[in-house]
Amino acid sequence: MAETLIAGIVVFVLATFLGVELINRVPATLHTPLMSGANAISGITVVGAIIVAGSGLGWISNVLGFLAVVFAMMNVAGGYVVTDRMLQMFKRKPEAK
Amino acid sequence: MPFALRELSYLVAAVFFIIGLKRLSSPATAVQGYRLSGLGMVLAIVLALLDQGIVSYQVIVAGIVVGGGLGLWMARSVKMTSMPQMVALLNGFGGGASLLVGGAEFLKSEVAGEALPLDVSITIQLSVVIGAVTLTGSLIAFAKLQELLSGRPITFPLQKVVNALLFLGIIVLGGMQVMEAESVATLFYAVAGLALLLGILVVIPIGGADMPVVISLLNSYSGIAASMTGFVIRNDVLIIAGALVGSSGIILSQIMCKAMNRSLANVLFGAFGGEVKGSIAASAEGLTVRQVTAEDAAVQLAYAQQVIVVPGYGLAVAQAQHLVRELADLIEKRGGVVKYAIHPVAGRMPGHMNVLLAEANVPYDKLFDMDEINAEFERTDVALVIGANDVVNPAARTDTGSPIYGMPILNVDHAKSTIVMKRGMGSGFAGIENALFFDPKTSMLFGDAKQSLSKLVTEIKAL
Repeated sequence: MAETLIAGIVVFVLATFLGVELINRVPATLHTPLMSGANAISGITVVGAIIVAGSGLGWISNVLGFLAVVFAMMNVAGGYVVTDRMLQMFKRKPEAK
Repeated sequence: MPFALRELSYLVAAVFFIIGLKRLSSPATAVQGYRLSGLGMVLAIVLALLDQGIVSYQVIVAGIVVGGGLGLWMARSVKMTSMPQMVALLNGFGGGASLLVGGAEFLKSEVAGEALPLDVSITIQLSVVIGAVTLTGSLIAFAKLQELLSGRPITFPLQKVVNALLFLGIIVLGGMQVMEAESVATLFYAVAGLALLLGILVVIPIGGADMPVVISLLNSYSGIAASMTGFVIRNDVLIIAGALVGSSGIILSQIMCKAMNRSLANVLFGAFGGEVKGSIAASAEGLTVRQVTAEDAAVQLAYAQQVIVVPGYGLAVAQAQHLVRELADLIEKRGGVVKYAIHPVAGRMPGHMNVLLAEANVPYDKLFDMDEINAEFERTDVALVIGANDVVNPAARTDTGSPIYGMPILNVDHAKSTIVMKRGMGSGFAGIENALFFDPKTSMLFGDAKQSLSKLVTEIKAL
């Protein structure tokens, strides 16, 4: 028990420092897509939601699981698609005049 | 699937997320990089579907179809001007998902009548509390941005005391729950309920122009909540992805706070913009503003060698980004140079103005940060301020009594002349008069930004 908790804390702390390094390099012009992209990534809770929703432990866990999958999938689908939509706009090259 | 293979595959998904964020360091590589991150998400979902604990798929499939469908619909139909609302909603749903997964894990143990190990018990509480605060806080932020609620701070007596008591209650009840040998549902519901209430109460006193900080912070919370859920279900990819999002939100909030010269605590607890201090509001009396007609403004712009456009929230409200681009094209055709100066807190979320202008096909190499462009104003013939106010108020540099004193601003008043497009003489969010409007070099073009811009376009075409 304690080992998994400690291992988790190690991963969490290292990932936080990695995140700081990565995000500091994102230019201000991409901060909005960065945020919607972060929404998409935090949709990773869908993994936990799927496992709960499929556990078949009665109606309460079914309802909670269903809602959790809906919420998380809205983040995943909404986040990735809208981020892609925005990044496409930034990709456009300055056209020749 | 063997344990090692599954865990390593989850690690691959996490690596894809990391590479995706790394590619966001340049607009040119961002699209490809971000798709890789999406691939990581698909991989993680497939792995979850293969989990051996799953006995039935009906509920999962229903959830994926409904959630995925709603998400796609939102992403396709949202206007770029409404991105802050969309991000606020998604922050909330992210928190909500963590709340629900944490809750389901708790109730599972309660039904089975078994005691949770201490570490799981603690992380479930954290996942539920942070998730709940994020959910209701984000819904309030959404309502304020969508103007379902007033953008002004909503305050009541003893607000901070109430919030502190709520927070204390959560800690005490949560602590009792963790100490109990068995899982007690009533304590659990009480904690979740208090956390939902706390989320509402901490966001209602925060005003509209401070929303960039609030949504950045809630963005961070939704990530931390996901991380906590990762501890609960013991999955490293959730911990890593959540930590990445958590640090992203924290950095953005810091950038926003720095750009307003205020501390995070001041934004969260200051109820800024609530009251107008009489002395400052009165200081504008006796001063006059110079109005300009669209015809004269058009002439000024048409013969300028360099124009800097300063967009603000008013541009987003009027949805006038395409007209700005059209106007800029006309000026450039006549030989002028057009640049865009973006203050970090312009708009209602970090980078909001950049997205709007990118939507209108303005190349990103014409968008400049405050530090890059501030020295340029001296060499600029016309600074065109569209719906921005506090971020161009020179009082921030000189007037020690001003609430925005010390905030870094765009040096619009250094330009040879300034045209300010504004609906009327109302004061900015901070509730203070803007000395720029009374500057002899400034002329005001009153009216809806969209109408004013289209008049300017017609006039310049006619020249």
